Amino acid sequence: MPLSVQETEIKNPPVSRPPLDPHLKALENEAIHIFREVAAEFDNPVMLYSIGKDSSVLLHLARKAFFPGRVPFPLLHVDTTWKFKEMIEFRDRIAEEYDLDLVVHTNTRGKEEGITPFTHGSAFYTDVMKTEALKQALDAGGYDAAFGGARRDEEASRAKERIYSFRTPDHKWDPRNQRPELWNVYNGMIRKGESVRAFPLSNWTEVDIWRYIQAEDIPLVPLYYAAERPYVERDGMMILAEDPRLELLPGEEVKHGSIRFRTLGCFPLTGAIRSTASNLDEVIAELEIATVSERQGRAIDRDQSGSMEKKKREGYF
Amino acid sequence: MSASAATTSATILPFAESAARVHRDTRPLRLITCGSVDDGKSTLIGRLLWDTKAVKEDQAASLARDSGAQNDLGLPDFALLLDGLQAEREQGITIDVAYRYFSTDRRSFIVADTPGHEQYTRNMATGASTADLAVLLADARVGLLEQTRRHATIASLMGIRQFILAVNKFDLVNYDREIFDRISHEFREFALSLGVRQITAIPMSALKGENVVAPASDAMPWYEGPTLIEALELATARSTQAGGFRMPVQRVVRPGESFRGYQGTVAGGAIKPGDSVVILPSGTVANVSQIVTFDLVRNAAVAGDAITLVLDRQVDVARGDLIVSIDAQPLTGTAFDAQLVALQQGGIEPGKRYWLKSGSRRQRVSIEPLSQLDLASGQWRPHASTLAMNAIGKVRLAFEETAVFDAYEQNRATGAFILIDPDTLNTVAGGMITGKRANLGGLKREGDRVVLSLPADLAEQLMASDLFANRRDEAEIKRLTAAEAATLWRNAGSDI
Repeated sequence: MPLSVQETEIKNPPVSRPPLDPHLKALENEAIHIFREVAAEFDNPVMLYSIGKDSSVLLHLARKAFFPGRVPFPLLHVDTTWKFKEMIEFRDRIAEEYDLDLVVHTNTRGKEEGITPFTHGSAFYTDVMKTEALKQALDAGGYDAAFGGARRDEEASRAKERIYSFRTPDHKWDPRNQRPELWNVYNGMIRKGESVRAFPLSNWTEVDIWRYIQAEDIPLVPLYYAAERPYVERDGMMILAEDPRLELLPGEEVKHGSIRFRTLGCFPLTGAIRSTASNLDEVIAELEIATVSERQGRAIDRDQSGSMEKKKREGYF
Repeated sequence: MSASAATTSATILPFAESAARVHRDTRPLRLITCGSVDDGKSTLIGRLLWDTKAVKEDQAASLARDSGAQNDLGLPDFALLLDGLQAEREQGITIDVAYRYFSTDRRSFIVADTPGHEQYTRNMATGASTADLAVLLADARVGLLEQTRRHATIASLMGIRQFILAVNKFDLVNYDREIFDRISHEFREFALSLGVRQITAIPMSALKGENVVAPASDAMPWYEGPTLIEALELATARSTQAGGFRMPVQRVVRPGESFRGYQGTVAGGAIKPGDSVVILPSGTVANVSQIVTFDLVRNAAVAGDAITLVLDRQVDVARGDLIVSIDAQPLTGTAFDAQLVALQQGGIEPGKRYWLKSGSRRQRVSIEPLSQLDLASGQWRPHASTLAMNAIGKVRLAFEETAVFDAYEQNRATGAFILIDPDTLNTVAGGMITGKRANLGGLKREGDRVVLSLPADLAEQLMASDLFANRRDEAEIKRLTAAEAATLWRNAGSDI
């Protein structure tokens, strides 16, 4: 008797959409292939979920890859406690709606030692609350593979990253000694304690991400769309002024304006841009004529020269 | 020089107007760029990214900040944009493959930017493995170098069938047409000898942006061919693997008792419900009942699609199996011929047992080197010892269990493999199947003797079996090389 998909009960059945254009379809196929390969080759994978647009696309692709089955690994969110409030609300709603296993980890050292992005500077804060926290969470879960949403077009050192990026037992990345990666034949063999970071979105660009979000109708944190929001200007960045922990420095004042975010991270370290793009079409139109890169709004990339490579070598995503 | 300055300013923003209406209806073209150290490869790629607006202002500003230097046209030092690792910046060379992305309003492109140094041949092979097209650079002042031929040879071995020869620094030879004709003719002859027929040669100045994105009819009125970007827009993406249906099974999905699906990416041909398939290596036959994707049930799938197949009966299918069309099956056996590139220190050792991964299947294999490509002359020379790092060799693969492949020429996905060292777990070679290992014969009867010619590994297995254990002394075993065996076989009637 033929088996049929209709006989299986599927949570959140997908809706029918017009077919993707061949470019996005090729990127989608590649990402699904990577998801399936990692899930099959590793004992205990996890998906890093940062709640941003790339993570949202990554999650959507994971659901597609394993359909009609469940996503066969948990999502890990490293919560610095300094994320935008709307991000946390969005995270919890998505986990519930899509029936996902969500693991949230916070480095308790932050609270114990009072480490904040305001008091300790972005480099040290990021090292403790993101990189160290991530390593703690990966060690605690015993994960041997971790999916991330990094793209090669984001930053110069990421352009050299493999799709399966090998890490030593203490999570170090050695960019000079990476495993060769030919065709789509990935080497998933590791020793106990070693791990792999897997990047299904390696070949996507920022425009691809947005066009895919549009084509697939993927929900996003509303901060990506322009709205009247309160902000303060600090170090050449517009910082959202809605969290009571943001203390105004002498000379600063809260302004209001139509702003949005191109990337989302910790609110004190993430700069907004002035924009009136309040929906997807407008965001994409804005992006296609943009003359600055999306990471321009990120303080942590700029705190020292070659800083992303350094963070990555130490275990940052 | 005012003429060139005018050309330059005209080339910086050629796609500004069209950028807002990006609509691509083709798959991204994957290309590899190869050149020697001073051919201006970084400048060329930088120019492509710059003129297609793939470099953003803050990236350009950070370049200016890091280098403090601009070239004499007021543009940033492109090499710094590309060499992303600190070690590369410090040494001023490209070490590893980097991937770049740019697009025009007609198409998007993925560039594998590979190092020029000879000791990084392996990185070039890595970049070439996924490329549809190779852009080979030559300095107009010096013409084709041994390194250009080396790169072209590797690219053709890796299955690239479209070449663009970028005759760069053409401004420095006064746009002399005769120089272009001579270099392009020489290259064409060479490429044809490699079996590559789609060849476009373009005279250009990457530094000035002539014939890269913007045409240079003022400087080179005699040149009527395409600019580099036009040639790339017109190139064909890798053919969607014609031939029989192939799908390596990545995983089995069982969300409930009533559903069992096989997940994988179609690696060749097409499939629709009702088609008969064979599961290899077991040889079990079944019919496709459904093709499932997240976007609901589909009535067909083609090469490249990531799908879930449902079969019409309960069969034993596991990860690593290959589902293929019943009427166009791949090669199966325990011995294959292949070409490979050695990627690591220590090389590829004869007789050592490696892990081989192809598609989703991983199995044990031992390697017998036969010959090695002399990249300077393009000749294959007999070579039976270790293939050193960066060497390209012809080898024989001997498997302990049945293996399933297509020839790489027929299907890149089912004909490619990597070797993994069981000691270091590193990827130590990339390889391409050229065919099933030649069969030396079979059975011959001479009076009361039966002559059986077998590959050594198979003969050993046979002799070790229970069946033969008691009759060993009745058999005479001769170990011969393939050539000796072939001669013996031809003269079988008289020699035995």
